[in-house]
Amino acid sequence: MPIELKMPALSPTMEEGTLSRWLVKEGDSVSSGDLLAEIETDKATMEFEAIDDGIVTKLLVAAGTDGVKVGTVIAMIQGEDEDAAPAPKSTAPAAALPEASKTLEVVSKPMDTPITISKADVQKQSSGDERIISSPLAKRIAVNKGLDLTSVKGSGPNGRIVKADVEAFAGGVSAPSTVHNSPPLPLLAPHAAIDTDIPHEVIKLSNMRKTIARRLTESKQQVPHIYLTVDVRLDALLKLRGELNASLEARGIKLSVNDMLIKALALALVQVPKCNVSFAGDNMLQYARADISVAVSVPTGLITPIITDAANKSLSKISTEVGELAARAKEGKLQPHEYQGGTASISNMGMMGIKQFDAVINPPQGMILAVGAGEKRPYIVNDALAIATVMSATGSFDHRAIDGADGAMFMKVFKELVEKPLGLVA
Amino acid sequence: MADYDLVVLGSGPGGYVAAIRAAQLGLKVAIVERENLGGICLNWGCIPTKALLRSAEIYHYMQHASDYGLTAASISADIDAVVKRSRGVAKQLNQGVTHLMKKNKITVHMGDGKLLAANTLSVTKDGKTEELTAKNIIIATGARARDLLFAPADGKRIWTYRHAMVPPEMPKKLLVIGSGAIGIEFASFYNDMGADVTVVEMLDRIVPVEDADVSAFLEKSLTKQGMTIMTGAGVESLQATATGVSASIKGKDGKVATSEFTHCIVAIGIVPNTENIGLEALGVEMDRGFLKTDTNCRTNVPGLWAIGDITAPPWLAHKASHEGVIAAETIAGGHPHAMDPLNIPGCTYCHPQVASVGLTEAKAKEAGFDVKVGNFPFMGNGKAIALGEAEGFIKTVFDARTGELLGAHMVGAEVTELIQGYTIGKTAELVEADFMHTVFPHPTLSEMMHESVLGAYGKMLHM
Repeated sequence: MPIELKMPALSPTMEEGTLSRWLVKEGDSVSSGDLLAEIETDKATMEFEAIDDGIVTKLLVAAGTDGVKVGTVIAMIQGEDEDAAPAPKSTAPAAALPEASKTLEVVSKPMDTPITISKADVQKQSSGDERIISSPLAKRIAVNKGLDLTSVKGSGPNGRIVKADVEAFAGGVSAPSTVHNSPPLPLLAPHAAIDTDIPHEVIKLSNMRKTIARRLTESKQQVPHIYLTVDVRLDALLKLRGELNASLEARGIKLSVNDMLIKALALALVQVPKCNVSFAGDNMLQYARADISVAVSVPTGLITPIITDAANKSLSKISTEVGELAARAKEGKLQPHEYQGGTASISNMGMMGIKQFDAVINPPQGMILAVGAGEKRPYIVNDALAIATVMSATGSFDHRAIDGADGAMFMKVFKELVEKPLGLVA
Repeated sequence: MADYDLVVLGSGPGGYVAAIRAAQLGLKVAIVERENLGGICLNWGCIPTKALLRSAEIYHYMQHASDYGLTAASISADIDAVVKRSRGVAKQLNQGVTHLMKKNKITVHMGDGKLLAANTLSVTKDGKTEELTAKNIIIATGARARDLLFAPADGKRIWTYRHAMVPPEMPKKLLVIGSGAIGIEFASFYNDMGADVTVVEMLDRIVPVEDADVSAFLEKSLTKQGMTIMTGAGVESLQATATGVSASIKGKDGKVATSEFTHCIVAIGIVPNTENIGLEALGVEMDRGFLKTDTNCRTNVPGLWAIGDITAPPWLAHKASHEGVIAAETIAGGHPHAMDPLNIPGCTYCHPQVASVGLTEAKAKEAGFDVKVGNFPFMGNGKAIALGEAEGFIKTVFDARTGELLGAHMVGAEVTELIQGYTIGKTAELVEADFMHTVFPHPTLSEMMHESVLGAYGKMLHM
């Protein structure tokens, strides 16, 4: 009985992938658990493992093929106990054949570093599975106006999105339609080849790099960012950190400033819930928990492992988790649930001496905190010039969901939590 | 406790459909009717006129039998027999509605209904009055023909549509005042039956709600059939005489001339039946004589609903029926989808027929649309030529920006049966590509619908 080996969906968002390398050749005998191929998805390169025993009779897709759609038959395997000759023993009618050839299931495990993906990606995928129900006219208008129908609520039969829904949605979030006459630039449209005499090497983008490019472009094109910066005095926090580390030493735990800022960020989100939100078209999600995505640089890009419910975790717990997640992130061993989601992000470039920067929001999150270097600065203490350790922190907020005043309130609360840090351990 | 969940006042195509839908949804329903179940539509309107027009059409074909290689001798029309058939058709349908009421366990109260309060209605029949209480009442009393102030219809020489449907005799020389659907249908009927017909229209074109191209085409066609059409003209006075009527008509040029006719049909519009049903006392809000309702057919008085000709235009049976369903479903706790007036088709059964839906080209431009227009003539359609009906056209108006079908306008044989295709498309919000990708059967008149869309985008095949 021939088994069709199909291109597997190795992540929730995967629609196609690159068949990087075959690890078997035609005629090889394989058994359950053997590695068959390496497949590069938008997130990572994954190994593709057999779960059936048999002989590889045909490799249908050449190694190095790009854009192989999920579900495409990539190889055929003949069950080991069977006659390789395709002579059917029974006289079953032809119509029964599709049932007879079963699809090989695969077990995959991540091999390379995955990149952060958000709930939006996952939601897009799941609604993609169910398909967006909309009238052709609504689709056309959405394309004209550059709107994403996934965020439009349908009022037609069975929730069908109709013209009136798209127009109401457009009216709510954008300028008059005449402004939107030109179709939007497709994200990551194939750019014209750059014609240059400068000696150069063309480097093909990895799927991860493409995903980074797409998501950051989406964020900057669709999310109106507002940036709010505060200077935060760190002396009290540094002093507390020293004391805590002294007593934690026996347990082998060393808190970083960043661990404490993660906690401060989470507590501030809980205290100012208006900033712990996601903009979702006609709706807004108000999160009941602060899950902090921590930006971690890895050799192939960037990934954001998540500290779930950070406001309710002790500093030592946060520190242990961050250390463990970051280590696995660098090895590319994070599970999707460990980097998908999060209600807000923190990005710290202080260790490189960056004084201040504005981070790009990771949709559908409503904000990201960009942390600069803690440095000794001239500082006014009790009306006298003194030296203090100070850092600049900048919050980027999705202005569709968060008003400037709420963002400002949030930054104020964050500053207070850091400057009076006992609240972080209470 | 109320006697009923719902009482419907008036059993026309709005009222009886509302009653059926409400009963289907489990409500206890009664309907009040003063005259005939089914109302004007199937007793004195849409249906019996179609029966009359069918006779006229067949008569027309018989007279043109030689065009088809046939001989028909001694052809004549018996107006009494034609009318008798029409009444028979109406009666059959009236019995059908009676049956539908019974089947759906709807209590029928014959008599004059009058609102005593928002939830109480009296029904008077032969001097006896009973009171009904209901949680909800739907007003569906419809409308009647508007009279000329200076010459009210008498049924002898000056007719409304109702008299014209059961004429005491065949008119020899007929004046039709008004060229809306009703006026033009009777003008066409009597013209086909052999009368000498003159149509007077105040506006500058006949069937003025239709696309200007349709009006122009129809005027030409009717004139060719022997009708006299006077647009931009008004009847100044109308006098019944011993032998007919004498009419002073002010023409386009401003000159008044008096002409003699044997009969006159007044078809200058309708008046809603809002009187004597207790509306004034309840303070029901009106707009230019019609009841004001929201998209779910609620009036401003809680528990009181209104549908059909007594509310805003268009005054068409199918609009009333659709509103009946919307009101009934809302009352039963449902959330029906609102009706878009631009998706309500209109049909006029003159010869050639007229059918349309949505915006005319002029209205679309007025609304600021950048339009693409397709127009395909019957002359280019094989089936139309085989039928011997090669006159007419199908015009489509698209929004150039979105591909939305803004309107469709047809004149020619059987177009009233074609318009639903575009109506489905409009309601489903299809765009030009969907119509283009649709396979239309050959040989049919419907192929012209395809060609018209192709034409709007410069892709017409058979022209």
